[in-house]
Formats: sequence, C-alpha cells, structure tokens
Amino acid sequence: MKTVDNTRRRVVQTGGALAAFAAAGLLPTDALAAWNQAAFEGKNIPDTLKALNLDNPTPSGDLQIVASDIAENGAVVPIQIVSRIPNTTRIALMVEKNPNMLAAVFDVPEGMLPDVATRIRMQQTSNIVAVAVAGGKVHTVTREIKVTLGGCGG
Amino acid sequence: MKRRWYGAAAAVLALAFGGGLTAQTQEETQRGIEAYRQALQQGNPAELFEAQGEELWKKPMGPRNGTLEQCDLGVGPGKVAGAYARLPRYFADTDKVQDLESRLLTCMERYWGIDVQPVIDAAYTAPAKREIIALTTYVSGESKDVVVDVRPTHPKERAAFELGKRMFFFQGGSHDFSCATCHSEDGKRIRLQDLPNITERKGSALGWGSWPAYRVSAGQMWTMQWRIQDCFRQMRFPEPIYTSEATIALSVYMAATASGETMRTPGIKR
Amino acid sequence: MTSPMRIRANVRDGVVDVRVLMAHEMETGQRVENGRPVPAWFINEVVATHNGKTVMTAQWGPAVSKNPYLQFRFRGGAAGEKIAIKWTDNRGESRTDEATIA
Repeated sequence: MKTVDNTRRRVVQTGGALAAFAAAGLLPTDALAAWNQAAFEGKNIPDTLKALNLDNPTPSGDLQIVASDIAENGAVVPIQIVSRIPNTTRIALMVEKNPNMLAAVFDVPEGMLPDVATRIRMQQTSNIVAVAVAGGKVHTVTREIKVTLGGCGG
Repeated sequence: MKRRWYGAAAAVLALAFGGGLTAQTQEETQRGIEAYRQALQQGNPAELFEAQGEELWKKPMGPRNGTLEQCDLGVGPGKVAGAYARLPRYFADTDKVQDLESRLLTCMERYWGIDVQPVIDAAYTAPAKREIIALTTYVSGESKDVVVDVRPTHPKERAAFELGKRMFFFQGGSHDFSCATCHSEDGKRIRLQDLPNITERKGSALGWGSWPAYRVSAGQMWTMQWRIQDCFRQMRFPEPIYTSEATIALSVYMAATASGETMRTPGIKR
Repeated sequence: MTSPMRIRANVRDGVVDVRVLMAHEMETGQRVENGRPVPAWFINEVVATHNGKTVMTAQWGPAVSKNPYLQFRFRGGAAGEKIAIKWTDNRGESRTDEATIA
C-alpha cells in the first residue's frame, strides 16, 4: 500500500488526484462523479470550504448542531444537524481538529427535510462546524464538543 | 498509540476532576455523558450482529449440513424467545451447567458436526469466533425486556453458584485483585465508567443484563465470556479458557444475583 | 462480502423518518497494525430512493464511525411503500437494501 500512498500524495499536489485514482482503479466510475476528493483531503476549514465551493459563510442562528456537550468516546460521536433556513439544499459537517476536516456532505433534494444525523470520529476535543447552503447563501454554526477518549487511534 | 490514549485520558481526568472545579461543573460533565449514552441508544450496531446471528441460526452449516433450529437452549428445542434470561442452567444431556455460549458450542457440534475446539482456542477478534458472537447476540436480543430467572436448584447449579461466588471474591495475581475489588460497593468508577455493584440485585443486573454489548471504542461486539476474560486480564489473572467451568460459575453467580431484574440485551457501551 | 443493512422507516404526519445501520469497517487509513498501515476503506457515498426519486444523497469521508448510523427525514412517503438505500465504498463495492415504510 505504500506505493499507493506515495502516488496519492504526489497527485494531490499536482491536482490530478481523481484521474490518478481512476487510472489505478481505486475509485468506481460512478463515485467519481460525486465524491469530492479535494474537499475530503482538506487540512483546514478555508481549504475545505473552497473545495466545496462554499464561500464566505455567515453565522446563523437558524442552523443547529444537536449533540451532547461531551462524548465518552471519540470513536462514535452522535451529531445531528438541523437547518431552519428555507430552501436548504446542502449540509456539510466538519471537525476542526481531525486530520481531515470534512466528515460528511449531505445533498437535500426536494422533499427531504434539512435534518440529518450520523455518528463521527473525533480525534480530540474540537469545534464542530456545520455549513448549510440555502438560496445561494452559505450559513454556518460552530459548537465545541469535548472528547474524553480520542477516536482515531488503533 | 497507547501513549496518546493515556494522554487523552489524563487530559479528561484533569478536565473532569482537576483543580478547583465546582460540583456544578462535575454535574454538567455527568449530564453530558448521560446525554451521550442516550444518543447511542437510538441505533445500536448490535442489531447488525443480531441479523447475522438470526441468519446463521437458520442456515444449514458444517459437515452435517444441519441447522440450529432444533437446538435446545433450555426452554425447548428451537425455542429462542426468553432463553437467555434463564441461562446459565443445568442440561441433562451434557450433565453440565452451561451458559449461552457453551450451549451454542454443544449445538454447533451436534447439528453442524463441526469440531468446536478451534472456536474455543481462537482469539475473540479471530474469524473463528465470528459465528458464535453473532449467534450469542441474536439469542440475547430475544430476551430483551425479559425478567432474569436463574435460581440454582439442581445440585450442579448450586455448586456452580458457590464456585462463582468464591471466584468473585478470590483475591490474587500480581496486583492482589479480585472481582470484588471493583464490583462490591456502590458508586465506584474508573475514569467516567460506573462500576456496578455485582453483589446486589440491581447492580448485578446492570452488568449481567447488558452483555453482550456493542463497544463503540473498537466497534466490536463483546459477549459475556469476552467481558469476563478481559476482567481477568485487567486483574492480571491467567487468561481463562473460553467457556471454562470458572467463567460459567461466575455467570451463574451474576445471573442468580440479578434474578428478578430485566435483561437489556444486547447493550451498547463506550 | 457485504452484510445487510438495518433500515427502519416510519411515517408520521406525512414525514418519513428513516434510520439506517450499515455494516462496514470504515477504516480511516490512519491505523497501523503489526507495524504496517491499514489502507483506508470506507463508504463514500449513500443514496436513498423512494418511488424512483432520490430523497437523500450523502458523501462521506473516513471520519464517519465504523458500522455507520444515518438518520434523515423526507416528505411524500406513505405506509406500505418501499425505500431503498444504496452505499458505495472507496473500493467500488456497493450494497442496496430495501425496507417498507411503516
């Protein structure tokens, strides 16, 4: 796997990650269309937002992160994101202190409520950043969750 | 990896109990942990193991190509509902007191025709243990919300209870530990984990009644045998053999003490 | 080989609440076993469909926990109708399961 890792690092730098992955047969073609490699490789919030094409998020009180303030184990941290902003079409979930910020992106087609819950890994106590896109505007909310045991180790 | 882990734990200890924290802060921490545990209950990945176990229960397997559907877990051949809440118990056909896992081994041997020794010898994380872990989870789920009813009456059940009780209080190993060191008083804990007092009914049910459990830390499904084995490791005792007499005796002691309380299986834990 | 998902879908006042558990290792790619790095292996896409219409799409990274849990809600479903969930992982493996809305 070492070879693959090295290859990956190199092509990420030159910006051809997806093409190289496809050539190496590592990604299915149908996932290629959707999965945003650059965003999931993001090492800080601005880069991740940029890769997601989400510019200038403004804090919103109508976007909410529902979670317990403290997680007993970082391997499994239940997070729910609820948007009360009309016409929310996309929700992204990021963890500031994870090796890669982005955990999940949800597209909200017509009919779906902007209300999703999942469970994520957190390496350590960190801010959780949720971003919602609604009517071309980008909204955000931040909340700290304390982690008693990190969830990224072996 | 280990070092980082301890580092994080130390940080939390400092966070939760460190210099001059008010009782209110500790209460908030406790509330946060409760909220976290509640959220986990919403979807227990143990369900995935239950589904696998149910499929295995009905699937022809092994050299005999038989199924476990005729397996008698103590409440009649093929009956699964409520069976776990009445185990361990004495079985005339084997002339032994058996817990769920040892009984499943008997049935796998009988109906699948497999040699179960490799299952006994395998590490809990090895593929050879996968089937019995899934089956145990499935059977345990069929006793969810059922009242524990383990009352030793047969001489071998009574003997197992007495042996289990002695095991529980037996102090030894390099750290001079016993099960009772951690589990015989109310209100004890390690870090943020509450330690149930297994010497009384409610406390014993908190322990006995919640295993097998999905452990989120490693995403593993732990059976009661695995839990006991790891307690032995933590006490620096020699590792018990899977489904050995000593482990079943301990289970008889816990189950009998928990009798009258309700099974919450399969559980989910940090 | 993949294992079945557990899908629960319940309708109330025209809103379908869907809860899914998926069996997947979700290897982060950061773990080392016996001195060798374990390559990343994770579900990276989840699509939910109802009556041929997409009702939810998710892109995931390896920060989603092992044996993932997902909950979402949508309007327009009725009891007795089917909902299908499909996941695809970064090795190109995929699995689809269905459930009946209750």
